[in-house]
Amino acid sequence: MTKKQRIMLARILITAFMVITLKFIPITGILQMVLYLTAYLVIGYDILKKAGKGILNRQIFDENFLMAIATVGAFSLAIYEQSGDYVEAIAVMLFYQIGELFQSYAVGKSRRSISELMDIRPDYANVERNGTLEKVDPDEVEIGSIIVVQPGEKVPIDGTVVAGTSSLNTAALTGESLPRDANVGDDIISGCINMTGVLKIQTTKEFGESTVSKILDLVENASSRKSKSEDFIAKFSRIYTPAVCAAALLLALIPPLARIIVMGVTPEWGTWIYRALTFLVISCPCALVISIPLSFFAGIGGASREGILVKGSNYLETLSKSKYIVFDKTGTLTQGVFEVNGIHHNTMEEERLIEYAALAESASSHPISKSLQRAYGKEIDRSRVTDIQEISGNGVIAKVDGMDVAAGNAKLMKRLNIEYKDCRSVGTIIHLAIGGKYAGHIVISDVIKSHSKEAINSLKRSGVEKTIMLTGDAKAVGEQVAATLGIDEVYSELLPGDKVTKVEELLKVKPEYGKLAFVGDGINDAPVLSRADIGIAMGAMGSDAAIEAADVVLMDDDPLKIAKAIRISRKCLRIVRQNTVFAIAVKFICLALGALGIANMWAAIFADVGVMILAILNAIRALFVKKV
Amino acid sequence: MKKTYKIEVDCANCANLMEEATRKTAGVQNATVNFMTQKMIVEFEDGQDPKAVMLQVLRACKKVEPDCEIEL
Repeated sequence: MTKKQRIMLARILITAFMVITLKFIPITGILQMVLYLTAYLVIGYDILKKAGKGILNRQIFDENFLMAIATVGAFSLAIYEQSGDYVEAIAVMLFYQIGELFQSYAVGKSRRSISELMDIRPDYANVERNGTLEKVDPDEVEIGSIIVVQPGEKVPIDGTVVAGTSSLNTAALTGESLPRDANVGDDIISGCINMTGVLKIQTTKEFGESTVSKILDLVENASSRKSKSEDFIAKFSRIYTPAVCAAALLLALIPPLARIIVMGVTPEWGTWIYRALTFLVISCPCALVISIPLSFFAGIGGASREGILVKGSNYLETLSKSKYIVFDKTGTLTQGVFEVNGIHHNTMEEERLIEYAALAESASSHPISKSLQRAYGKEIDRSRVTDIQEISGNGVIAKVDGMDVAAGNAKLMKRLNIEYKDCRSVGTIIHLAIGGKYAGHIVISDVIKSHSKEAINSLKRSGVEKTIMLTGDAKAVGEQVAATLGIDEVYSELLPGDKVTKVEELLKVKPEYGKLAFVGDGINDAPVLSRADIGIAMGAMGSDAAIEAADVVLMDDDPLKIAKAIRISRKCLRIVRQNTVFAIAVKFICLALGALGIANMWAAIFADVGVMILAILNAIRALFVKKV
Repeated sequence: MKKTYKIEVDCANCANLMEEATRKTAGVQNATVNFMTQKMIVEFEDGQDPKAVMLQVLRACKKVEPDCEIEL
């Protein structure tokens, strides 16, 4: 508790004690009034002061003014009617202050707990100077310095490992609990926790440009981009308070006047003024105004713990309405690395076939040759290969160990007049002829990520209406991947520019109520990411371009996180709606009951403060997203 | 030009009022008050001196919420 809060708590306790004691002391008349007035001033003097200042500043409709009018009014009524019921005015002020205290305590506490959860900011960096380790402010470390990260410490700045091996816990960044290995030469990003060995890291960025700083910046500023719900509340509260005040004035004047003029009975001014004062007590929109931003803040905080960075409350809102999900294929649903997936019709051992293919293609830097070399797995002995001849668009002819080897597509086989066997598998097919005879073919294709199918399923279960895949690949490849994963529509052979056009077409045909999300890996699909209603970039750890272009950033490249992000956003928006409806409904019911004289001022203040407390507690629920 | 200021404000509605008051101040293009992080992001019109404008902003905010603070 802050000092301010402790003082308020003391004032609340003193007033409560005074009121209870006065109830049991049999005094009446002026003395009783003076004592109650003292209690009232103890709890309410600052409100009265603020109300006075508000009038001077022509800020009439603020909550202080309304509370002052309501309680001073109730107090005066008690004197005027000589009922001696001063407790009500004091109680209203007392509960109002309790509510304010709770609000400031709860908001402060949840703000701190959310920031703590995201506390990935490193406090220091270890720099080796004259043989000893010195702790310095990460801000002071220059690019290219060597820093030392000991087990249990956070990596403070992005860099490259120059000595040591270890495993890193990236949970704070990605929500992924499986540790990652770090070896010499690996790039590692700040915010990971070093678990096992000592690492020496050469920094490649300044602290301010490092991943951890960027993430913190992004999440902290996220709640500044306000959602439609927040705008609605801001507008609503602007009308609500003056409207309730006007209604209160009418309630105080019209019924009594009507009673005299139309019905010819006693006006009962006291009753109607009392009811009008009850209105004023309910006129503060606090519950709404506090709980909606708090819900979004908690939702964004919860998501970031799962490695899902949402750049603003508005994006969380859009995300929850996503009905069309458009995927980029390579790097998003597939790993984007080409691997040897099959060897067919081979006349020799598979290993030897791969060996010949890898050797023949060894001079090429094409991704295909890289994947052949990976499949071969051994050092390539270039001296075994001679007379390399690349035939563009066909393949390679070379001599390996003095033997003629031809590796390439069907065109190459036709060109060399070698009979070949077609392949039914989808992917890139490399036919091999060794010594002029057909020796089989190798199928190379992109590998589907292990979670992709599950991810599509889980999106459909979460109410996504259509999943669409865009790819630059051949039709056969695209359709096969789509069929395996259960994707509804696929558009293939698209150039990067075509993807934007396609997304624009889809934006036109999608239903009005739904939003279109585009998921890409952030590499060369920035235009599409920004064109979609909401752009989601995957596997963005350390990629600045993706963090810039996207609205939602998934720190690791697990497609399951897409559905999770949508579910988190839905939960958050559900809480926002609950709070909005609940708070508005309770207020209106109280207004109605107050006007009829059923609810008195006690009920009104309970409704006001109680709704706020419940709404705040409900809002904090948005933080818990582990099992969503 | 955009600048971020640390603020101190107790109630969420007051933060909204501060935001409105700041937006109406001369020289301010746009402003966002973030109650949760207690920050105010002010976008100034071209050619305005942020320091001079912020003094006006502070005055306007004090009017709507006497308790607020802006760290200039």
